[in-house]
Amino acid sequence: MINLPPDAGHQQGNGNVRNKVWIVAASALALGACAATGTASAAKDDRGKSKATRFAAKTEAEGPFPSTYRPYPGVPTALVGATVFDGAGNRIDNGVVLLREGKIVAAGDSELSTDGYTVIDASGKFVTPGIIDIHSHLGDYPTPSVQAHSDGNEATAPTTPDVWAEHSVWPQDPGFSRAMANGGITSLQILPGSANLMGGRSVTLKNVPARTVQGMKFPGAPYGFKMACGENPKRVYGGRGRKPSTRMGNFAVNRQTWYDAINYANEKNPKRDLGKETLKGVLEGEILVHNHCYRADEMALVMDMAKEIGYKVTAFHHAVESYKIGDLLRENGVCSAIWADWYGFKMEAYDGIMENAALLQQAGACVVIHSDSANDIQRLNQEASKAQAAGARMGIEISDGTAIQWITLNAAKAMGIDDMTGSLEAGKMADIVLWNGDPLSVYSRPEKVWIDGALMYDAMDRKRRPVSDFELGQPGEGDVK
Amino acid sequence: MKCLLTLAASALALSTTSAMAQDIVITNATVVTGDGSEPVKGGTIVVRSGQIVAAGADVTAPADIRTVDAGGAWVTPGIFASVTTLGIWDVGAVSESNDSRAGGSPFSAALDVELAVNPNNQHVMIHRAAGITRAATATMPSGSIFAGQGAIIDLDADGNPITKARAFQMVDLGQGGAARAGGSRASTYTLFRAALREAQALAGKTGTPQTTEITKDDEVMLSRFDAEALKPVVAGNQKLYVSVERAQDIRAAIALGKEFPKLDMVLVGASEGWMVASEIAAAGLPVLADPLDALPYGFDQLGSTQSNIGRMKAAGVQVGINAAGMENPRRLAQQAGNLVGLAKLPGATGLSWGEAFASISSIPAEIAGMGGKAGVLKSGAVGDVVIWDGDPLEVTSVPTKVYIGGVEQPLGNHQTRLRERYRDLDESTLPKAYDW
Repeated sequence: MINLPPDAGHQQGNGNVRNKVWIVAASALALGACAATGTASAAKDDRGKSKATRFAAKTEAEGPFPSTYRPYPGVPTALVGATVFDGAGNRIDNGVVLLREGKIVAAGDSELSTDGYTVIDASGKFVTPGIIDIHSHLGDYPTPSVQAHSDGNEATAPTTPDVWAEHSVWPQDPGFSRAMANGGITSLQILPGSANLMGGRSVTLKNVPARTVQGMKFPGAPYGFKMACGENPKRVYGGRGRKPSTRMGNFAVNRQTWYDAINYANEKNPKRDLGKETLKGVLEGEILVHNHCYRADEMALVMDMAKEIGYKVTAFHHAVESYKIGDLLRENGVCSAIWADWYGFKMEAYDGIMENAALLQQAGACVVIHSDSANDIQRLNQEASKAQAAGARMGIEISDGTAIQWITLNAAKAMGIDDMTGSLEAGKMADIVLWNGDPLSVYSRPEKVWIDGALMYDAMDRKRRPVSDFELGQPGEGDVK
Repeated sequence: MKCLLTLAASALALSTTSAMAQDIVITNATVVTGDGSEPVKGGTIVVRSGQIVAAGADVTAPADIRTVDAGGAWVTPGIFASVTTLGIWDVGAVSESNDSRAGGSPFSAALDVELAVNPNNQHVMIHRAAGITRAATATMPSGSIFAGQGAIIDLDADGNPITKARAFQMVDLGQGGAARAGGSRASTYTLFRAALREAQALAGKTGTPQTTEITKDDEVMLSRFDAEALKPVVAGNQKLYVSVERAQDIRAAIALGKEFPKLDMVLVGASEGWMVASEIAAAGLPVLADPLDALPYGFDQLGSTQSNIGRMKAAGVQVGINAAGMENPRRLAQQAGNLVGLAKLPGATGLSWGEAFASISSIPAEIAGMGGKAGVLKSGAVGDVVIWDGDPLEVTSVPTKVYIGGVEQPLGNHQTRLRERYRDLDESTLPKAYDW
């Protein structure tokens, strides 16, 4: 992505501040160029004195809060002899995976030449693309989970399309490191909570430790927009004696908000409105809708609302009843981001079954296994395995490669980053997990995790694991966790 | 009226179909004894009159009773889930269906879950189908540091779920307890001491207290009923499950145990137990711990690590897996399996396969006071036997047969019915509502 020497930032030695600053500026510029012109938006006719000054914030197209992430250095590496799941549904036995300069060079069989690569003997082990969690609140609801850290949902109004999840992300959340070390997570989407109908913008992160959220932002990833139907919004606002207090109230508030957004989008020079800019982005298809929704009948209504308004639902999240409408979801091209076995904790989760994913796969609909949990994000591979096995028991055979696809390429697709990551296709980011056994077994763990070709976790090297600021000097600092 | 009659009839049907304990022999099994030993192939299990008679490789199958050929499958004791709320809620967020907390009750320690457990509850059926045959079920702390008296239940399909009522009292002496005690651990300990002293003062006064007997003098900190309920605790006749996470909270619990030396305490949670493992071992306290806690959820769990259980065990502590800390107790086997995988990582401490299975069978049973009676396939134990379709600790495996007290159990439930209805989406002749 950024054509700098891979280790430029680290060769400068101590105190070479000027060079470091230059590197950061250069990468910011490079990223800005992807989005828009990157020029400052201060008025050009301002020649110095205040009376002529015109003020203008950067526009949406100019990409405020740009990513400053750049890959860390890596060495050309060949993983040799592993069973490879490529994320796109395929399995290669005794495979070879080559990565260089942050990219996948090739994933193939043992015929691939490894000349010029540092070879890692991966025989008896498994390789997958980096695992992707489409539904996380890490950073926004970090640990320790104290009230002062509860930044995941600006639920003070039924719709808050104006908030951006990235402004709540605490990069020092220890949960990021556990997701990497125990779960092989290399990318994740941080969503606002679901107390309100429109929770705000999500942000997609590379799971790299950083001092700032900008240092984690996935370069070039589209934004998502969090919506929620069902019990949560009506309970929260109904409980405050205001609309919505019913499911029909949910829809009424949503539809009116969309009508207003359409009016805004049709205006030539509207007064800037943070929330409506996000809604306009959804109408334009630039921002992907991730809709928390449990019940089948409600999902069907939401899909019709989207048609009425003219936007697309990219994925229903939680979606415990998707299996009842696999046909409808297939026809509408909407993914279901689901758990393997959560059920019963609320009324709309009462009909959750472990066969949900398999029945959706059978119906030809898109399946993503998600976590919504700082715990389950550490074991998405096991959740995928559970869902696959439930299918097998009822006669729906799902290949291991497909089960891995549920937590890699399918997640990437629904997050709009599948041209960059999610599979081992040549040219994609070298986001890779080397597992010490079959990732669909309870007994396996990530042994090494690369992000953009940089080794960010190594179970065999105790110093090659991230320790957040919060953990320094605390009990268990640097422990295996 | 017709509805009532139908309900009565089906209740009758349920009780008659499940009343008879069968004599049964299971051959050709990969036998997991549940006591920490490793699995043995080619084994046989004999169950008579609802009890295990023999299990292992050297057992000869009696010719006079029905034989089930396991075909090499894994056969284990039923999983023993501690601590749970199984049977006392239908939908977590539907408060009218949820008896797991009684924050509005005037009572705390006196709360008794015995009559609240509903054996027809879906979670009981779903967890039965997951191989859980017994559970320690209790109300959770809500209005007070004392949660009330839990029961050991079975998950069978008859109408009597109680194996042992008032098996344990539960108290929160950690962060949550401090909040309930008024905002400080300093208050927790004072409240705890005061409550136990009141219970001690009632020693010798027998019988159920009458409301007319309750005087203001009896109500320093507790109602007379709550103080009465703590009498067996302070006398060591009822176990006290103590919820704590922080290393220092564990030390405080140990110290309180010395002040009230008859207390029969069990630590629950104990995220930082590994930091004081030798002290726990020296105090002889068993632990029910959360195996996969790896995050500092609060300032009382800064040292959380998945190696907690393995390290405590290595220090000589008796440790079982706590079912309360996971999404639902049917994940017990998965969590135990993770501890086996953990053992491969440098710097981590996990469990062997046999130890891991014991941590969800014999150990929680022993901790619950049912040592040798549940969680093991040994002579004299209840006939809770599960046949699996694969390695029971793998996430891919489920039971194919579940026996509780020697009775083969139905494994269907709301979820299996939904699965069958939606096996296809064909409504060409009639709506799905007619597919049942």
